[in-house]
Formats: sequence, structure tokens, C-alpha cells
Amino acid sequence: MNRSLWIFATAGLLVALCLAVFVSPYASSAPDGLDRVAADKGFLDKVHDRTIWRHALMPDYLARGLGDGPLSTAAAGLFGTLCAFAVGCVLARLVRRPTLGVPTLGASASLPASSPEVNDLPGEGHPQ
Amino acid sequence: MHIPDGFLSAPVAAAGYAASAAVLALAVKRSGQTLEERQVPLLGVTTAFVFAAQMLNFPVAMGTSGHFLGAVLAAVLLGPLNGCLVFAAVLTLQCLLFADGGLTALGANFFNMGVVGGVGGYALFRLATALLPRSRRGFLFAAALASWISVVASASACAVELALSGTVPLGLVLPAMGMVHAIIGIGEAVITVATLSVILAARPDVVGEWRGPSPVLLVGETSS
Repeated sequence: MNRSLWIFATAGLLVALCLAVFVSPYASSAPDGLDRVAADKGFLDKVHDRTIWRHALMPDYLARGLGDGPLSTAAAGLFGTLCAFAVGCVLARLVRRPTLGVPTLGASASLPASSPEVNDLPGEGHPQ
Repeated sequence: MHIPDGFLSAPVAAAGYAASAAVLALAVKRSGQTLEERQVPLLGVTTAFVFAAQMLNFPVAMGTSGHFLGAVLAAVLLGPLNGCLVFAAVLTLQCLLFADGGLTALGANFFNMGVVGGVGGYALFRLATALLPRSRRGFLFAAALASWISVVASASACAVELALSGTVPLGLVLPAMGMVHAIIGIGEAVITVATLSVILAARPDVVGEWRGPSPVLLVGETSS
């Protein structure tokens, strides 16, 4: 069950990677809804010229050093999608109360080991 | 509709962070109790898909583009609070790695898309599925309706925040944002329904909200 869900997840990840790598370079570069409204209603100039954002890893979905062509967008898409998958999985694992799972596993693993010892004690007493 | 830095006043940005932190705390608490091990890869792949699909701007009217949001899709697949976790991950990555959406506006962006779009859209989805026939078609129609409204509602929340920040009068920005996103929402509905159709055909057990109709019909058929 769980194994096949990882297969489903891998298939889904491949679809997402194909979208990000092969389709996103050809996505529309027209301003999006909010940018358009900001331009039309005259508040686009309020955007801060994002001084911190000069240091973002790949500003505007362009990989540094690869220019601003399709290859650059594809690289950013590949990187971002893999990051998103990893972050999603790690977040789900972290949120899932690891403290609840681990002691249960430890307890069930120690049960078979401890039960022979419990049985041994009366067993030793019997022959005497 | 990722709000950049500079559009929101400090109080509105702070309120956005506060509201988002409250919802995220609830999501983490609830998911800690309910998230199953099998959902770990599903949360990962939903995050990856939403991220990738949000890169695909499609042209709408008059030199404007829009992109998929995916809030209703995530909520229908994983539940609304797990959907919030997906959106927290996607928006934080977009903000920090790709400078998409301002750092000061991250709280408001999460509130608009993850909470208004995702949780609000999910509530509407539940209402619609309760009213519509319990069939595959009814399920997909409810998802289409909820995803269209989720985009318009997210955009409206964004417009209200811009107005509260004194950036632009509400009377100007609300109709403009609503109109553009009413068109973008059609694309949202199409992509949500297409994605859900494919998953329902391949792995219906993966769609958390899918409750039938086949089990109900099977029980009815075997008992009669």
C-alpha cells in the first residue's frame, strides 16, 4: 500500500517536473492579475525595489548564470519542484509527531526480546 | 496574485502574519494527530505539483496572464489543514528562493491563498457536495465551482488588504481584481477538474474527499 503510494507520488513528481522544465519556459510572460490591476490603477510604483531580493537564489524564476532564456527558467523550475517535493515530505514527517511513533516501535521490538527472559525465570525454577 | 513588498501597510502585513500563524499552528496540531504515514508522499507530491503548476501563466484577456492556484485541489486531496501546510511550503519557497511575493507580505499571501482560497474553498466544496448528487460528476462539479470561487475570493481578500493599507481605494481595486480573477478562475476550475479526473481514474483512494459512489452502490447491489 505505502510502497505503491510512493510509486504514485513519483509519477506525480515526474508530471510536475515535466511541467516545470518543459512547459514553464513557454508560459505567458504578460503581467498577472494583480500586476495588471496595479498598473491600471496606478499603484505599481509602490513595489519596493526589493533590496533583499537581490540575494534571492533565483529571482523571477531565473537561474543565476544561465541568463534569462528558456534554459534558465527550466533550471529554476527543476530546482524549485524538487525542493517543493522535499520540503513537503519533510514537513509532513516533522508534523507527524515522531515522538509518538518511535517509542511504540521500540516497545514492540523489545517485547519479544523480553518475553523469553520472563519465561526463562519460571523455567529455571521448575527442574529444581 | 502574490503581493510584493510595498503594497501593504505595516499593520495589515502584521495582521496577515498573525492570522496565518494562528491557522498554521492549528494545522500543525491537527495534522500531528491525523496525518497518516501514507500521506507523507502525497503531501510531498501535492506541494511539488502546486509549485510547478503555479509557474505556468496562461494568457487571459487584454495582455494579462493568470496562473493556477491549486488551493481547492490540495484541500480536496489532503483535507483543508494539510492543504494549508502545502501552501505554507509553496509560498515560503517562492518567496525565499524565487522572490515571488514579498517577505513582508508572506503572511497576507498565505492568508489569501491558503486560508481564504483553501479553507474557504473547501467549505464551499463540502457544501456543494452535500447538495449535489453523490456521483463522480457531482464531485467534479463541486470542485469546479469551489475552485472558481476560491480564486475570486482570494483576489477579493487581496483587494481588501490593499485598500486597508491605503494603497488604492476599495471601489477601484475590488471590481478590477474581481473581474480579472473571475476569468483566471475559469482556468483554475479546468485544471482542478482535469487533475482530479486523472487521479480519480488512476488512484481514487488518494483523493481524501472522494467517498463514493462505487462503495455505496456496491453495498446496495450485494444486499439486494
